Amino acid sequence: MEDALTVHRLHFAFTVTFHYIFPQLTMGLALLIFLLKTIALRRGDEHYNRAARFWAKIFGISFALGVVTGIPMEFQFGTNWSEFSKAAGGVIGQTLAMEGVFSFFLESTFFGLFLLGEKRLGPKGHWVSSLMMFLGSWLSGYLIVATDAWMQHPVGYALSPNGQFQLTSFWALVLNRWALWQYSHTMLGAVITGSFTMASVGAFYLLSRTHEDCGQLFIRLAVIVGVIAAFLQLFPTGDGQGTMLARYQPTTLAAMEGLFETQEGAPLAILGQPDMVNRRLDNPLIVPKALSFLTYRVWSAKVDGMDKFPPQDLPDNITLLYYSYHVMVGLGTMFIAVLLLSAWKLWRKTLYESRGMLWALLLSLPFPFIANTAGWITAEVGRQPWLIFGLMRTRAGVSPQVSAGNAWFTLIGFMGLYTVLAILFLFLVFREIERGPALEAKSA
Amino acid sequence: MGNIWFCLVALMLMVYVVLDGFDLGAGAVHLFVAKTDTERRQVIRSIGPVWDGNEVWLIAAGGTLYFTFPLVYASSFSGFYLPLMMVLWLFVLRGISVEFRTHVEGPIWTGFWDAVFSLASLLLAVFFGAALGNVVRGVPLDSQGRFFEPLWTDFRIGRETGILDWYTLLVGVAALCALLLHGALWVALKTENAVYERARRLARFAWFGIAILTVVVTAVTFRIQRIVPGNFSTRQWGFLFPVIALAGLLGVAWSLIRKKDARAFGSSCAYLAGMLASVAFGLHPYVLPASTNSAYALTVENAKAPEYGLRIGLIWWAIGMFLATGYSVFSYRRFAGKVSSAAEEQGY
Ligand code: HDD
Ligand code: HEM
Ligand code: HEM
Repeated sequence: MEDALTVHRLHFAFTVTFHYIFPQLTMGLALLIFLLKTIALRRGDEHYNRAARFWAKIFGISFALGVVTGIPMEFQFGTNWSEFSKAAGGVIGQTLAMEGVFSFFLESTFFGLFLLGEKRLGPKGHWVSSLMMFLGSWLSGYLIVATDAWMQHPVGYALSPNGQFQLTSFWALVLNRWALWQYSHTMLGAVITGSFTMASVGAFYLLSRTHEDCGQLFIRLAVIVGVIAAFLQLFPTGDGQGTMLARYQPTTLAAMEGLFETQEGAPLAILGQPDMVNRRLDNPLIVPKALSFLTYRVWSAKVDGMDKFPPQDLPDNITLLYYSYHVMVGLGTMFIAVLLLSAWKLWRKTLYESRGMLWALLLSLPFPFIANTAGWITAEVGRQPWLIFGLMRTRAGVSPQVSAGNAWFTLIGFMGLYTVLAILFLFLVFREIERGPALEAKSA
Repeated sequence: MGNIWFCLVALMLMVYVVLDGFDLGAGAVHLFVAKTDTERRQVIRSIGPVWDGNEVWLIAAGGTLYFTFPLVYASSFSGFYLPLMMVLWLFVLRGISVEFRTHVEGPIWTGFWDAVFSLASLLLAVFFGAALGNVVRGVPLDSQGRFFEPLWTDFRIGRETGILDWYTLLVGVAALCALLLHGALWVALKTENAVYERARRLARFAWFGIAILTVVVTAVTFRIQRIVPGNFSTRQWGFLFPVIALAGLLGVAWSLIRKKDARAFGSSCAYLAGMLASVAFGLHPYVLPASTNSAYALTVENAKAPEYGLRIGLIWWAIGMFLATGYSVFSYRRFAGKVSSAAEEQGY
């Protein structure tokens, strides 16, 4: 751990992973709150307004944490990755700055209005502010994903003689194909988080027999939205991401699938433990030829394995990559199963009495957060050893004059501070859930 | 293009200081001007709906600096590594104290967050001043355009500079004083009765402080950073900016005496904007002067990003800023007027 690079990587990974806990929830809830407000406005049903008001409180707490943990992210490109910033700032600074200019102003303004201005704005105005909040947060999701996508799959640039990348096509950067797939997949992940959170709170109310009317409403909306998102998560978006990887990042694909050897009719490993010394998968549970089919739509297609590439071009933590990918896909499959069953019971009108199913929904709460985190770890560890895929090594991007000791100092500081934040977050959210949806609008 | 972006980034930072300045200032003064829970609630409510939007100006300015002057972004952020991280921690603490204070009632909870809020705001004001002081004084850049400053060395302006030396500390205190004044005037504008009176009294003290410090800091700066007097003597139209600042300062005093609260706050905005514009004008074309060898300094020309990106950026930036200004104006008008002191109102 004396190597400064390792500390800087940990620093970034820790802070961004913590940050992303909150945006995934707020982006998901922003959609659901907007739907609640829309139904309330169209049907004039006060229940939906009550529900929206309750979720706005949870949204507010998460939003505040998203904001305070997001600000450090914006600055870390300069503090910890200065060589990278010098080289690529002219390109990815564009999307990053657009996020500030276009979406953060929108979000922060309308969030203030939404939370505190229900009476001042009237029902239509309040609905509009929920729409703006939704658009703002989803736009910021796009612009940050586009930033990341350029690092995964650089487009629209040229290399200047002084080693800087310069932008040559703005639209190529903004409409990067990689970004479009990555964005759809990421946003669906956020919707799944929002849905499970809402369903879980609903199940909690039904099981504990309080606020039952609201509990039913939460579950109904969440299960319907969630089941759609869970399917789209697998196909076409998850599949689309895999296809992009096969074309542009074959090293990542081989490593995350645990495919040690190049072969025709490559199998898909569902379970198994990679043994990096003997270069094989222990206790494999495989579906023959499935990987070839999934990546190339041909059962006998040849898929490149890790033996095809020089070791210095392979990700440096293949075990972590392999497991995080498998955790994501495993959980994704579980989500589809749980939500499909719930939707079926909802349709048969037996869901609210089915204690088993309610317990399953209640206990699902942490898993979408885990799946999203695992997905990002897959993407980011899979990109290694490149910081900008194929162009710049991670080692070359770090701030040369910030020593390991200084980076440890601030990493420990963030760890301490974020532990406090996590405790406060849980405390406040559980308190709000305990109190339940209020009967009256109280805000000025 | 480089010079246009120099002005625009300076402008964004100026807007940031004027806007977030008042909520930082309000935070710093709120322990002194508001004594009871109800009173403190009033102060916090006066900034509750807008502080996040104000902070976005800093984020947007940071992003804009990133794509227009990547070298400056990379060099200064990594060079100021430790103080910048501490600023970020203070931002985190301040943000959660505004947002979480109202979620639970009870003297321990609110008292704690009030103290955190006030202290974090206060320290941020000092840090910002010190940062400005560092930029003006110059940093020990090497031939690669890199530097790394420890927090302090011997507090002198020698070869081995630290972030904190007597000069940057002086600028830090001046910034604190200016923002105390700015914040107190904002609070006076938004409140009534006891809080209003106390805020006005505090503003009067802060005014004397800042009047003295402005003279001292300006005099010292002219001696320490030779670029500044050079610019003012070659391009005399630049005296416009200090004149605005001076007019603002006098305007504050005059409006305070006449109890014109809105005009006092407006004058204080003019003072801050005028001072910052003077600094930007005084340093141009240097963006980050070097204390080692002036050939290593980062200037508009050697630090700017390539042309195409700057040109396309100008287009979306203009559209985005137009929209952002629109939302801000809308939000400020929605929440215009004094915050009521009624205790039963929920939220902020
Ligand atoms: C609830 C969250 C969630 C769930 C259930 C899934 N994913 Fe996912 N996945 C994400 C959340 C996510 C993510 C967090 O959104 C990632 C990280 C970066 C990105 O682009 O999206 C991601 C990335 C990601 C990648 C790209 C990795 C890279 O770029 O290196 C692939 C190939 C998949 N996913 C495939 C799938 C498949 C086949 C799933 C089957 C159900 C699946 N994901 C479920
Ligand atoms: C919120 C979701 C994200 C998570 C959970 C995440 C996770 C990670 C992890 C685990 C690493 C460490 C990789 C390693 O050291 O092997 C990392 C590195 C990094 N990520 Fe992300 N990331 C996310 C989003 C982003 C985005 C949106 C960007 C760009 C805008 C980004 C840029 C980087 C950079 C610059 C590094 C450091 C260099 C490197 O190690 O490659 N990340 N991230
Ligand atoms: C390196 C990566 C990242 C950086 C630099 C970053 C930067 C920021 C900043 C500065 C804020 C605060 C905005 C404010 O003050 O209003 C923020 C909040 C937010 N970020 Fe990130 N972020 C990163 C990763 C992500 C990712 C991967 C996503 C989603 C896909 C995301 C989505 C959001 C959203 C929706 C918010 C609004 C606050 C919230 O909803 O919690 N961010 N981010």
